[in-house]
Amino acid sequence: MSRLKLTGVSKRYGDFLAVDGIDLELQSGEFVSLLGPSGCGKTTTLRMIAGFVDPTLGAIEMDGQILSSPSGSVPPDRRQMSMIFQSYAIWPNMTVEQNVAFGLELRKIARAEVKRRVGEMLEVVHMNHLADRYPAELSGGQQQRVALARAIVIRPSVLLLDEPLSNLDATLREEMRFEIRRLHDEFHVTTVYVTHDQAEAMVTSDRIAVMNHGRIEQVDVPRALYDRPKTRFVAGFIGRTNFIEGSSDGHQIAFDGFALPQSSFERDVAAGSKAVFSVRPHSMRLSETPPAERNGAVGVVVVERAFLGEHWDYVVRPRDGAQTLRVTTSPMQDFPIGATAWLEFEPRQMALIA
Amino acid sequence: MTDNSLDVRAVNFAGVASRLRRLDASMLLWLALIAVLVFLILNPVLRLIVSSLQETDTGHFTLANYRSAYGSLRHLESLAHSLELGVGVAILATCFGVPIAWAISRTDMPCKAFVRLMVFAAFVTPPYLGAIGWILLAGPNSGWLNKVWMALTGASHGIFNIYSMTGLILVVAVTSFPYTFVFTSSALDLVSSEMEDAANILGARTLRTTLRITLPLVTPAIIGGIIISFLEAIALFGAPALIALPARFNVVSTQLWQFFEYPVRVEEAAAYAMPLLAITVLMFWVQRRILGRRGYTSVTGKGSERRMIALGPWRWAMLAYALMVCALSVFLPMLVLIQAAFAKAWGRGFSLDNLTLHNFYYLLFEQTQAKQTIINTFLYAAITAFAAISLTLAIAYVVNRKLVPFSNVLAFLCMAPFVVPGIVLAIGFYAAYASPPLALYGTATILILGFTTRFLPIAYTSSAAGLRSINPEMEEAVRVLGGSRLLAIRKVLIPLLKKSLAGAWILVFIPATRELSSAIFLVGPNTRVISVMLYDLSEEGNFEVLAALGVILLVVTVVIAAIGSKVIGRDFMLRRNS
Repeated sequence: MSRLKLTGVSKRYGDFLAVDGIDLELQSGEFVSLLGPSGCGKTTTLRMIAGFVDPTLGAIEMDGQILSSPSGSVPPDRRQMSMIFQSYAIWPNMTVEQNVAFGLELRKIARAEVKRRVGEMLEVVHMNHLADRYPAELSGGQQQRVALARAIVIRPSVLLLDEPLSNLDATLREEMRFEIRRLHDEFHVTTVYVTHDQAEAMVTSDRIAVMNHGRIEQVDVPRALYDRPKTRFVAGFIGRTNFIEGSSDGHQIAFDGFALPQSSFERDVAAGSKAVFSVRPHSMRLSETPPAERNGAVGVVVVERAFLGEHWDYVVRPRDGAQTLRVTTSPMQDFPIGATAWLEFEPRQMALIA
Repeated sequence: MTDNSLDVRAVNFAGVASRLRRLDASMLLWLALIAVLVFLILNPVLRLIVSSLQETDTGHFTLANYRSAYGSLRHLESLAHSLELGVGVAILATCFGVPIAWAISRTDMPCKAFVRLMVFAAFVTPPYLGAIGWILLAGPNSGWLNKVWMALTGASHGIFNIYSMTGLILVVAVTSFPYTFVFTSSALDLVSSEMEDAANILGARTLRTTLRITLPLVTPAIIGGIIISFLEAIALFGAPALIALPARFNVVSTQLWQFFEYPVRVEEAAAYAMPLLAITVLMFWVQRRILGRRGYTSVTGKGSERRMIALGPWRWAMLAYALMVCALSVFLPMLVLIQAAFAKAWGRGFSLDNLTLHNFYYLLFEQTQAKQTIINTFLYAAITAFAAISLTLAIAYVVNRKLVPFSNVLAFLCMAPFVVPGIVLAIGFYAAYASPPLALYGTATILILGFTTRFLPIAYTSSAAGLRSINPEMEEAVRVLGGSRLLAIRKVLIPLLKKSLAGAWILVFIPATRELSSAIFLVGPNTRVISVMLYDLSEEGNFEVLAALGVILLVVTVVIAAIGSKVIGRDFMLRRNS
């Protein structure tokens, strides 16, 4: 049975529909991210799971019991959950140890036991040497670790994280992504993680729910989201991509300035209908000479280029078309602007967008 | 080659010269500012300390002043009374201010805007006017509350007597609780809801969260408020003079006043003022220590969305409490004060035939002195506000842009009057400038200088805050396009600062119109101000005219404050910017 289940959850603020009928199920011990741009309703969804916000419609269940519904909700303090806030919300008037012990003390656990568990937890997050410090004396990353310790030490039924890394600098952010995943692998707490950073979601999550305008566009494992985006939004939000439109005549699909045989695609496009594909910049190959197998190779002109160290970024235009495409190549492939080249498509890596 | 090196030397020389010239100009500026500040602050305070150690006529070193100041039991009792008053006021003001601050900042109590407005009203009411209101309310037997009590119970005596330590504590607390309110609510406004959410989700309910998280987070601010209201209470002159003297006890401030009755004993007064100065300095040091610890409010990040705690039916109880405090501090005293202002005799009550405008007519047209007094008050206050702001703006600019070395000394001196009670400052001014060579006693100059010094910290915090809010790049953009520094100040800085300077002006003007504790030592026969006249009228027992004068003062204050809120933003005076 699933641990946490959201059914048709909506939240309306006046005329604004912040969350629009979300369905989501988490298995016990699963790590799911809500990923989306700001204002997509991900934080509202998280706060509804926590119980700070009541849904306008729908229900949130845990282990088969209803937590939230329009007719009434279990208050946050009785949900046995934990949450990590954007500001960490580490209480500055308490030491690290007191912060972590707070939740245990509320559970009327014996003092010695509290001390032992707090000590263990601080050790796990590598903070035991700073137990007596006040939060103001800690760095951002250390505060983050305290927030994690405070949330996990009570063994919550669900752990909620609200953009926990958005206040850290880039290197620390990368380090903490792995730290969060490591803690999850150690404690297997069912986790909902809200972020707008795709890399964060991809490093930490078992599955990612991409949200837009209050709806979930797609829920999938990270790899599938990238390779097989189901909507234009998902394709554009996760990684960079080109959108190209083609129409099928039953044998081949004609794009702007080139055509590819229908048979090389995984999914069929009905004859006479149009379809949009998402093509990742590095799923195409750019070469100086026409490849041996001419199928799927198109003559192009280099329009723009930028050298980014790890790769080249080219914008090319098919010789017989108007729509430009972004292509990424290895740093070794140096084409001047205006040069002609051959662009090779890999139809199996072209995702058909609904 | 030779030519070239000559050029280099010439350039070097020119560089040194220009640097010298620049250093020169900035040194001159620094010296000028320092001189003004020494004149306004350092010299009076030093003279106070020095003269406490001098013989009256000869100027020789002596400890006799201290001996006579602390040699009498009566004087020591006054000290004890001041402490009692301070502690009592601090406790009561905390009981009034903190719950209201919490209710307004963190809960869904109804009528918040109105309660805030009333706290603001209490803030702008001079304590001595509150005291007069309370004399009319709870004077033995004749006071309104006593009359109501007697009418209700048929008793022959009233039960309230404002002429007592309890009465004094109440009167001072209802006018000083806005300090604890402002301190607490501005701290609470900084506490992100996430701090409370974090406790909620770990299993703590509202009450526990409030007691274990919210209030501890603002404890330093509450202590700050307690300290301020304590210090206000012990430095106050008006309310104690109106209430303690008829009750036949003295506090330090009223005792100090008595040293100025003939024969004036300035040196003894100086010696007697020392504990007030010492306590104030000590308390501010303590406060700094407390506020500096643990960096309390510094730990907030993004996303501090704030939600109000739903109190349920308790929100009405909270509102009732807030309204009760408002009644004690504003509704009741103002009601009886306004009644008295429009009454032939205030004791005859609210009947139509008791209604008259004569009190105002008398003040504005018949009594020539009163007219002069009213003009004096607003004129002095206006000049004070201009002087204080011009000076502090110059200093804040110099400090902010680091134009001169040791600019922090300037900032420190500007803030120093903060720890000098008004009454002590006035005695210092008296000691330093009343007698020749300057012989400023009885002149408008000494009053304006005294007021300027007294309100320098308010002016400086506003000016500095205003300047800080303006990115220096605004000016640098003028400079880089070829404009001079003066042009940048004139065309960019001052226009940008207009609003905050207007706010600062009002912040100085309003307290300057009501200042009593320093004025009473510095006024002469021709430089009386409203506050002093009110005090004199109360000694004559002429409460109707007095109330009318008080109403005039309040109306002007409220109008100015209203203009201020309109121009600068709602409740600009209730913000804590120190």
